[in-house]
Amino acid sequence: MNNIWTIAKREYDTYFNSPLAYVVMLAILLPLGIFFTLILLFSSQNAMFGGGAAPDTLQINWLFVFLMVFLGPAITMRLISDEARMGTLELMLTAPIKDFEFVAGKWLGALMFVLSIAVVTIVFPIVLNNFVSPGIDWKTVISSYIGLILVSSAMLSLGVGISAIFNNQFAAFFVTLGLFFFLWFFVNMPVSLLQGGGEILNYLSLSYHFAQNINQGNMTLAGITYYLSLTALGLFIGTSAIEIRRWR
Amino acid sequence: MIKVSGLTKDYGARRAIHNLNFNAQQGEIVGFLGPNGAGKTTTMRILTGYMPPSDGEAIVAGYDVVEESLEVRKRVGYLPETVPLYTDMVVFDYLKYMGELRRIPDIDDRVDEVLDMVGLLDRAQGFIGNLSKGMRQRVGLAQALLHRPEVLILDEPTIGLDPGQVVEVRQLIRDIGKERTVLLSTHLLNEAQNLCDRVLIINKGKIVAEDTTENLQARLLGAERVIVRVRGDGEELADTIKEVKGVRKVETLEDGAVEFEFASGKDLRPEVAKQVIKSGYDLLELRPLGMSLEEIFLELTSNDGKKK
Repeated sequence: MNNIWTIAKREYDTYFNSPLAYVVMLAILLPLGIFFTLILLFSSQNAMFGGGAAPDTLQINWLFVFLMVFLGPAITMRLISDEARMGTLELMLTAPIKDFEFVAGKWLGALMFVLSIAVVTIVFPIVLNNFVSPGIDWKTVISSYIGLILVSSAMLSLGVGISAIFNNQFAAFFVTLGLFFFLWFFVNMPVSLLQGGGEILNYLSLSYHFAQNINQGNMTLAGITYYLSLTALGLFIGTSAIEIRRWR
Repeated sequence: MIKVSGLTKDYGARRAIHNLNFNAQQGEIVGFLGPNGAGKTTTMRILTGYMPPSDGEAIVAGYDVVEESLEVRKRVGYLPETVPLYTDMVVFDYLKYMGELRRIPDIDDRVDEVLDMVGLLDRAQGFIGNLSKGMRQRVGLAQALLHRPEVLILDEPTIGLDPGQVVEVRQLIRDIGKERTVLLSTHLLNEAQNLCDRVLIINKGKIVAEDTTENLQARLLGAERVIVRVRGDGEELADTIKEVKGVRKVETLEDGAVEFEFASGKDLRPEVAKQVIKSGYDLLELRPLGMSLEEIFLELTSNDGKKK
């Protein structure tokens, strides 16, 4: 565990040495800020005319996760592929650390970076809580944030796994983006096309468990298991890719 | 400390190294020589636990490189040929990071210590990306020394260094080699000659020679060659030397010096010296001419070691 933490800390610091990190932060926080402002504006208008549902910030977290489909690959693309390109992978693979620890450290560093951005967004429910009476449903907000962490964890783990396969970070980016697109938009498309049946495909969708359950305050075991399984799968792919590099 | 037997590595259909066998003891500096693509880096990568062999066995610091790879990696310091470094990091932070991965106690003090050893203490807070090639080489060396490894594996350790730094780094390696095992590859044959207790010459994935440089010279020559220089032009010096029994291949050089050889085993230099002085010459020099490591290297790698 020590090694995972050491690698994660370095990776986290590295993000802030790169302009890409600030672009990613801006690309997430700016739309969320605009979206939150719109929520406040529409809610206050509705309140003046005596209608509309009480506002919440759950859609903001949904937007965060949706943006991760595009920005997640940018966060993970260089994590291992760049080490291979620069030759530092040789350094890591001759250090007394397990391959899994190396991959998990990379994933944890990326997750810590995303969580840093997520922490900033907590300001939205706090502000909103002051505007609505009798306050917002904090249990749902907490569930939503746990969901956000779970989805991000799964996405970043898959991204790290793919990054371990390639030496070129752009190849890693596009393959990860393609996978996220498939899991977000297409994997459960037959459900709506078939008009009945095939609901099981919803369970494979990256968005379904979050949007339909966890973000609504419904922490389903299926959802939690799905995201944790994807996380484990990503770490497994990454570790196996490193093993294969050794034997090649 | 290093025991290699039957080590073989295939990259697909290409055999990079074939049935390597050698040992390196504690307190020994072993040079690894060979042309590009001979299999030096592949062998070093196997010994550091970076990749497993296709066949054979390698024991480093008492541990098998495949079965107990982590134990090997704890005990090996490795400087790869390309000196991979995190260029976005500060020198001190980079070494501290590598030290933390190796669980080195009092890491801050140890980093200062190795930076002092490689002469980079004043650049501790500089970004690696801003360092010269030679300085980066020294950062790589500091990283390899950080955990006081039992075995040090260095791939071209002095490449890119200025002459002053080369002398310092060689002295550092010499000091380390007194107590630990050092395996170093180099293209600088005089470096191997000056630094190494023993050299391994590898060609096309096979070891073609393994010995001290002196023994290699003697084995390859089968004879000892000597140069004689006297005051003046020494016109008839060659004839004088030919009079000594056992002397052969006497040649006069352009500058008037004379080279000759005699069979290994019986040193004819005293007889030649007496003969030269008796003939009235002022003897200035009587020096054995060893075969240079360059010549040995070319001899062995161009003939696949047939003369071994």
